[in-house]
Amino acid sequence: MQDKAPEIVPAVSLHNLTKSYGHGKPVLKGIDLEIWPGEFFTLLGPSGSGKTTTLRLIGGFEFPDAGEISLCGEDVSRLPPYRRDVNTMFQDYALFPHMSLRDNVAYGIKIRRVPEPKRRERATQALEMVHLEGVADRRPSQLSGGQRQRVALARALVNEPSLILLDEPLGALDLKLRREMQVELKRIQKQTGITFVYVTHDQEEALSMSDRIAVFSEGRLEQVGTPQELYEHPASTFVACFIGSSNILTEAGQDILLRPEDVRVEAQGYVPSPDEAVMPGTVTEIAYLGPVTRCRVRGASEDDSILAILPSRLARGLREGEPVAAVWFRAAAYRLPASAA
Amino acid sequence: MGLRRYAGNLALLVPPFGWLTVFYLGSLFILLLSAFWQVDSMTGEIVHDWTLDNFRVLFSDVTYRIVAQRTIGIAVLVTLTDIVLAWPLAWVIARKVGPRLKLLLLVLVALPLWSSMLARIYAWRLILGHDGVLNWFLHEAGLPGQSIAFTNVALWLVFSYLWLPFMVMPLIAALERIPASLLDAAGDMGATPSQVLRTVILPLAVPGMAAGSIFTFAVTLGDYVTPMLVGGAGSDFVGNVVYSNVGVSGNVPFAAAFSLLLLVVVAGYMLVARRFGAFDGT
Repeated sequence: MQDKAPEIVPAVSLHNLTKSYGHGKPVLKGIDLEIWPGEFFTLLGPSGSGKTTTLRLIGGFEFPDAGEISLCGEDVSRLPPYRRDVNTMFQDYALFPHMSLRDNVAYGIKIRRVPEPKRRERATQALEMVHLEGVADRRPSQLSGGQRQRVALARALVNEPSLILLDEPLGALDLKLRREMQVELKRIQKQTGITFVYVTHDQEEALSMSDRIAVFSEGRLEQVGTPQELYEHPASTFVACFIGSSNILTEAGQDILLRPEDVRVEAQGYVPSPDEAVMPGTVTEIAYLGPVTRCRVRGASEDDSILAILPSRLARGLREGEPVAAVWFRAAAYRLPASAA
Repeated sequence: MGLRRYAGNLALLVPPFGWLTVFYLGSLFILLLSAFWQVDSMTGEIVHDWTLDNFRVLFSDVTYRIVAQRTIGIAVLVTLTDIVLAWPLAWVIARKVGPRLKLLLLVLVALPLWSSMLARIYAWRLILGHDGVLNWFLHEAGLPGQSIAFTNVALWLVFSYLWLPFMVMPLIAALERIPASLLDAAGDMGATPSQVLRTVILPLAVPGMAAGSIFTFAVTLGDYVTPMLVGGAGSDFVGNVVYSNVGVSGNVPFAAAFSLLLLVVVAGYMLVARRFGAFDGT
């Protein structure tokens, strides 16, 4: 998604967006962001970081205090939701309880006065896309959580918007269903080519689904980039800690990121090669996770603690309290840019 | 253990069921029976011969048809009036104000119920009477006085006033239950605020309106005190005919027949109200 030709208009463009709620507590402190057409773009951050507010501003459910929102080059900052070519999949699905699934899905095109035979056809198509064509006449109360969520997606898709906003849509589902829906959402996004803006606090979900991710913290953007960029070259200590597990070492006042999977555990007295670093210590914690084992090694002081994630077959002999050496290649350690705040 | 719990539950049900059977269903049953009896016009005694004469009179005498029409007509009018009056109030209380103002407004809505219904009806006589507050205001404003007291218009006004809180409360409950995200979702899919009102809010408020209409319609239908106090010569309700037949002319069987008619209308109405969800949820 780099090196965009200049003539391509962003699907979403946010310029210096600020927003505070009553009592003047700022929620967004100046957001600049461009989302390209056809992207699966994720807003990632802890709760209260401003990602959901950003989504609601794009949808038009709230208005910014200052700044500008453009959709496909058109300034919509002051337009209400019904004047924006955007559809939202709500966290609680927000299905209309007094309508059948078909009527729920057809709501948007009915409002837009699409004539009846065409309307029914499009609603059925949208329900087919989420594999629910067989239960079109049921009411939302007769569905499981996963099915409701699919209806909510179909209801957004049927309007063929240029942009779909998804507000933590998988939050209420159990893990297995969540995994299935992640794949499903990604498939539908690719198939339709619609730009998806996806809000989540689940970094694993964000990494596996997104073309690009914007990491939010306390109303600011920490970093925008591909999953790989964020994981391998985080722009700040916050991003390094929020995405994946991490060891943050300090060297001459600078934070250094060492991913646990880059750490090996060797017997004490291990002699490192010149391009390796070593920290002797004792094993304080072992957690067997199936394919991998998490192992914490504590050095001379309380603060020198390094987490290693090892393939389980290499961790078999380790015991808590055992003296060992944590070893890593110096090249694997990544110097984090000094935090500019 | 299971058997004992079963017996225990059964014992718990005996008092309410007994009460319901003896006092409620029992008296209804006697009402049903007596509607088919007659009063001997010479002795004034009740004759226990089966006859449909009471109903024949009810359906053939135009006076009773007019009374029934007036009763149902005013009950319908009161219901519609209260729905119109209740909506803005309920909407503001349910969705537009903070918790403290909401509590205050709820208390204000319920406040009239703390005083006797009779006192409130008499208060309206003071407002609508010939030398009442209304005419005083009209006079001060240089407008001609109105003679509303003791007319069907007075009846309509007083009934609408009496039952308004009973329409506002269930409507508030229904409106409060609509999740805000539904309104967001409708707007998101292109519905203008008036379309949201028509396609989402209104249908979801129907159970609340149906619950409220049980008071505004069914209770108005059975009332006889209000017509007696603020109605005029031509404002008799079914209840007043029943009252005078029991009291003045001692014709209980005829009174029973007319009440039975009312009962059928109310029962039919309750079934309709249930279809619209009046008894669903809290």
